[in-house]
Parts: sequence; structure tokens; C-alpha cells
Amino acid sequence: MAAGTETKVKLPTSRADLLRGEKLFQVHCALCHGPKGVGGRGPMLTRARLKRAPDDATLLKILDEGIRGTEMPGAGVMSDREMRQTAAYVRSLGKVVQKPVPGDVAHGAGIYRAKGCTGCHSVHGEGGVAGPDLSAIGESRSAAYLRESLVNPGAAVPEGYLLVTVTPNGGQSVTGVRVNEDSFSIQLRDSAGRSFSFWKKDLARVDKQSGKSPMPSYQGQLSDTELTDVVAYLASLKEAQ
Amino acid sequence: MRSLVWLFVPAALLAQVNVPYERIRDADKEPGNWLTYSRTYSGQRYSPLDQINAGNVAKLRIAWMRQVNETDTFETSAIAVDGTLFITEPPDAVAALDAATGRELWRYQKELPSDLRLCCGKVNRGVAILGNTLYYASTNAHLIALDARTGSVRWDVTVADHKNGYSSTGAPLAVKDKIITGMAGGEFGVRGFIDAYDAKTGKRVWRFYTIPAKGEPGNETWAGDSWKTGSATTWVTGAYDPETNTVYWGTGNPGPDWNGDVRKGDNLYADSLIALDPDTGAKKWHFQYTPHDVNDWDSTQTPILADGMVQGQPRKMVVLANRNGFYYAVDRVTGKFIAGRPFVKQTWASGLDEAGRPMRLPDSEPTVEGKLIWPSLGGGSNWYSSTFSPNTNLYYVNAKEEAGIYHKGDAEYKPGAPFNGGGQHDYKEEEPYGAVRALEVATGQLRWEYKLHRPSHAGLMATAGGLVFGSNLSSFFALDAQKGDLLWRFETGGNIDANPMTFLTGGKQYLVIPAGHALLVFALD
Repeated sequence: MAAGTETKVKLPTSRADLLRGEKLFQVHCALCHGPKGVGGRGPMLTRARLKRAPDDATLLKILDEGIRGTEMPGAGVMSDREMRQTAAYVRSLGKVVQKPVPGDVAHGAGIYRAKGCTGCHSVHGEGGVAGPDLSAIGESRSAAYLRESLVNPGAAVPEGYLLVTVTPNGGQSVTGVRVNEDSFSIQLRDSAGRSFSFWKKDLARVDKQSGKSPMPSYQGQLSDTELTDVVAYLASLKEAQ
Repeated sequence: MRSLVWLFVPAALLAQVNVPYERIRDADKEPGNWLTYSRTYSGQRYSPLDQINAGNVAKLRIAWMRQVNETDTFETSAIAVDGTLFITEPPDAVAALDAATGRELWRYQKELPSDLRLCCGKVNRGVAILGNTLYYASTNAHLIALDARTGSVRWDVTVADHKNGYSSTGAPLAVKDKIITGMAGGEFGVRGFIDAYDAKTGKRVWRFYTIPAKGEPGNETWAGDSWKTGSATTWVTGAYDPETNTVYWGTGNPGPDWNGDVRKGDNLYADSLIALDPDTGAKKWHFQYTPHDVNDWDSTQTPILADGMVQGQPRKMVVLANRNGFYYAVDRVTGKFIAGRPFVKQTWASGLDEAGRPMRLPDSEPTVEGKLIWPSLGGGSNWYSSTFSPNTNLYYVNAKEEAGIYHKGDAEYKPGAPFNGGGQHDYKEEEPYGAVRALEVATGQLRWEYKLHRPSHAGLMATAGGLVFGSNLSSFFALDAQKGDLLWRFETGGNIDANPMTFLTGGKQYLVIPAGHALLVFALD
């Protein structure tokens, strides 16, 4: 029976299978989920319970088919056996006891508000829409990733947040994140949340700023302790129950 | 009163559906119809209709639509017969529609088993017609004959066992008194073939295995028993040259796709063009585009038969822009290589030698860690139609500029299970893009290109109206065939994974493209 079609599965447990699973994980998964599953562009997997994969059958199905509507692709690359080995390694990540994220959550929340993060980011329905919604960011990103995002926002601009400046023929430039684009038109949303749509034939210039983020760096703007506290606050954000 | 007459006429014609072989052979005598997958046997997907032309294409408007209540990709290429449009719909349905109004005349739904083995959804690319019978190849690898007037089943035969990974997705080809069909399943370790069936009875007349058996010439190009699971499928409709009585049919990747260690050798006749006698199934010649393919570069796209001048001499050619990134012109009588060159960026071969064989570069095969190669597994182009216009003498291809990171993985064969041996990750450091490219037919030299924001997965059609119709993402558009200028575009709201076609009914030219889960039909105001 092919992976992803069973209701109950038994994942391999031998050391050789886990080592092979780790190798496969490094090749196919680590780019997004981090080398040890601590998260990156993809959610961290170092937790006993994975929200989208509560059981091994679902985990295999996700490995096989991906998750629709997300960046998670299906593992057409792997054979049945390889998917099972990878799934076994993913489960082993959840058995490693994780250190709690250090810092003062309440103080971090205060800094988050004081620095105006709510202007661009939304948490449980409150805040702006220019940047990613952070309501459950603590479930999907590691503390290290969150800290890097604060001091070097351009290091990992999430998919769907390409910064673009367009200049219409004889008109004023508009800068925003690219919402959509095809051969004929482009749609942007600026930092105030306003949407713009342009026919490409009407544009003098389209400047795509790959690797740039509209978010300012907080390197030097926050002390090391303040950064730790903001990270602690962000890491505490979970999906509302 | 006028509308009553208008409604009555198609119904009267419907009772007379009759398309003998001679009508398909002489399809250019009735340019308003579209009687076989590529309109003519030549595979050119060129229409002599010019009512819609460069001067008025901007006035195209939607005439009617048909919704499909399914989510599988809609890849049908309609045929048009005397005022009736015949299409396939996901999942495994055939419908007859009044071509002027879009109203349904009948619909046939194939009952499917629940244990299909499919790489890419319940897709289908169309039907063939011969006499008053339609022929349809289903995803559970059956060939079915339907009464073109009512949709009732005349016969239904098993082509191969779907439990072992066999399926069918392409439109059959009616040649004389036979129905020729390919098959799919290249990711399941099947053994590929091309079949011919008696059009009247459904009895199989011949089968040509695309992988030679032990003792047959070519089998030595497969290590050990790897030929038994070597794929080389035939999932897109071929072409036919009545003058030389030769069928030309492309073959798919060798299996497992990305791990060639278990099938050392050239792996004949995978990734090849095969020339067959349609009466007997005997091979006349073959031309292999990608020996020992390890990138899943099927060569199944419809080959195009075109005549041209080569070094001052007229040549009968069969041409195609291959998924491996090279354009090829081959003598269609002898199978000898004439010319070839890359039509997209490619990093796996230093070029083609004098016989047209690619000179593979060292360190260009998939690895466990991943190897970056242009083009991606989607290829420089793919199954969808290229087109050739005898007016411009240009070959038009929807080209993809995209790389892949190729991985080698396990390659353990189990009947009916995926047999890939690896796969591909997207390369995200460069944004991929597409382009409609016009190539000189005898050389592949680029004449012009129209750049597209993303690679397309949809076909092209040239017309005598001086147009090339194509698609990108959810846009359907028309380009000037001479210069490549954009003349018209329409946002369909759904991804396009199909080939355009056109027909004439009631004196009016219509244009057809499936998009998303709808068939869109356009006409001038």
C-alpha cells in the first residue's frame, strides 16, 4: 500500500532507518524546516504534537501530497520507504526536550506595541495587513528565526512579500508587496494596506527588490535584552483555542 | 422563425454524422471542421480559417461557456464535426455539444474503479472520430467506442491492467480502418506500447512495444531485466503521413525516471520518435532524442510534419521542440537527423553530434544531494501543442526557461506503485519565465519571441488569419504570427493546461480553449 493511503501505519524504528531519514530530511526538508527541524520558512517540527499531522498516517499523507494552499510540496521525490524513514526522523525530533524560550513575554509585548509593529502586523485580528499575520507565529517559527527576522528582515522574506516599486508612464511611483502578477498586469499592496493594479504596458519601470523587506531592522534599535523579550512574546503567540 | 430554423439545422446534421477516413485525410478541403486531434494528420495544429484575423482579433468576445463540475485538470482538445463539438471532460466523460450554442446533446460518463494509479489526475485530451463512431481512451486504460449521435457504447475493450499502473489519457488517432492509441503510466514501471484496434469490432490488430523484448534488437540497451519495467509510454497523440503511409508517435521517459543506475544503457526506444506502418505495426525507423534519460524528459509531444528547404534541397521533415531543451528537424522518410539546436537554456549537453545525439556533459546526472540542471523536469516545452504555419514557415513553441534540482532516490519496483527513483525540487534563486518562440522550421533558428511572466503549460495554434493563439497562467491571447506582437488577451480566471482549436459553424468562426473548469468559446461580435 502506498504511503498516504493507510489509516494506521507503523513507522520504521531501526537506527539505520532513522539515519537514512535524517539524511533525506537534510536533502529535502531542511531548506525550509531548518537543519534540525527548528523551523525556517517552514514550521518548526521539534514538538511532540504537530498540529497538521496528529498521527503518523496524516504525516505520511502530508509528505506524499503536500499541504494545499501552503508552500509545502508533495514529496514526489521520495519512494514509499524513503517517506516512512523521513517521517520516522520527523517524529524523533518531537521527542527531544526543548528548552523554554528565554525572556519576559509581557515586556516583549509592550515593546512590540511601542515600536509600532502593530502598524504592519496583525495578531488575532488586531493590527495592519502590510506584513505577515503573526497570530500563530510561535507555532511555526523558532526563536532563532524570529530573532534573525528582527535584526535582518531581508534574510528570509516570506513568499508572497516581494517588495516592488512600479513607476507609471508620467506618474508617481508606488512601492508595495506584490500581491499578484502575470504577463500583462501587476497588483501591489502598500504599507498602508491600499491595493493598486497596473497594466504593464502603462508602466515605465518595474523594480523588484528581491531579498529586501519593507520592515526596518531593529539591530541597534533594541537592546539585547529587549530583543530577547520581543522574541519571547512572539514565540508565545499561538493559534486562539 | 429564424431562430427556429437555426436551432433545427444542427439537429438535422447530427443525424448525418459520418467521417470516413478520406475526410480526415483530406481535412484541408473542409477547414471549418476539426476532424482529428491536431485538425490534420500532420500534427501542425494550423487552421486555414481567417475570419478571425490580425485586423479584428481585438473584437473577440465570449460566445458561450460550458462548466465542468470537477477539479481535475481540463486538457481536452475538442473536435468539430458539421456543427457538433465533441469533447472529453474530467473525470472520464465525453460530451457532444451544439457548436453554435454550447447546449449539450448527450454526455457519456465512464464508470471508474476506485484503485486507479495516476501520476497526474484524471485527465484526458480528446476523442477520435471515424464514420459515426467516437473513440475515447479512459484513465483505467480502456478504449471505448461510442455512437457519435447518441453517446451509447458500441464496444469497450481493456487495453491494459490499470492495477499495474497502466492508464490512458491521450486522444486516439483514426487511420484508415483502425484506431491507434497510446497509453500512460511512465511513473509506475510499466512497459510502453502503441496499439491498433479494428474500428468496427474493437479487436486488437497489432501492438508495438516501445521496449524491445529479450532477443529483439534494442533490448541490449537495457541492463538485465530493466526493460520489463522501463516505461517508454505513449501518452500524446501522434501524426500520420498518408503519402508514405507512416505513423509517427513519440515515447516517454525510461523508468525509473531519475535513477538510471538500474537501467544502464541507451534505453531504446524511450524518449524517441517511432515511425510505424499503420497496417502492421512494423517499425520503419526510430530516432532517440535523449539516450539514457535521467531527467524525465518525455518526448511524447505531437510531432509536426513539415516540408522545407534544407541547403537548397526540398526535404520532408518531422520536427519538434523537445522537453530536453533541443529543437530537432529529422527526415521523416529516413529518420536521419537534419538539424538541431537548443531553443531554451540547457546545461546538460555540449550540443548535438552529426547524428543528432546529445553529447552529455560529465557531472550532469541527478545526485542524492541534488543537481542543478536546465531545463527542469517540465522541460523546455512539454506535451501541449507546438504549431507550424505554412504561411510564415515558422514553428511556434511555448518555451519554458526554468531549472530544476534533480535528486536521485530509491528505485525499487513494486507492481502498481510509483517507480520514480528520485525527483525534482524547484530552483528558487531565479524566477522562471516563459516565452512563445518562433523558430525557422528547418534549423530551429529563433526568429522572434514574446516573453511571458511565467512558463506556460498550454498549447499554441497558428491560423491563416496571421495569428498564433496561446495561453499563460490564466490568460488566453493572440500574437501576430509574423512579428510576435500581442494583439488580444482575455483573463479567463482559471489556469489553462490545454491546446486551442477553432472551427466554423453557421458561417461564423469560433475559438475554443479550456480554462480552469470551463470550456470557453469565443467569436467576433
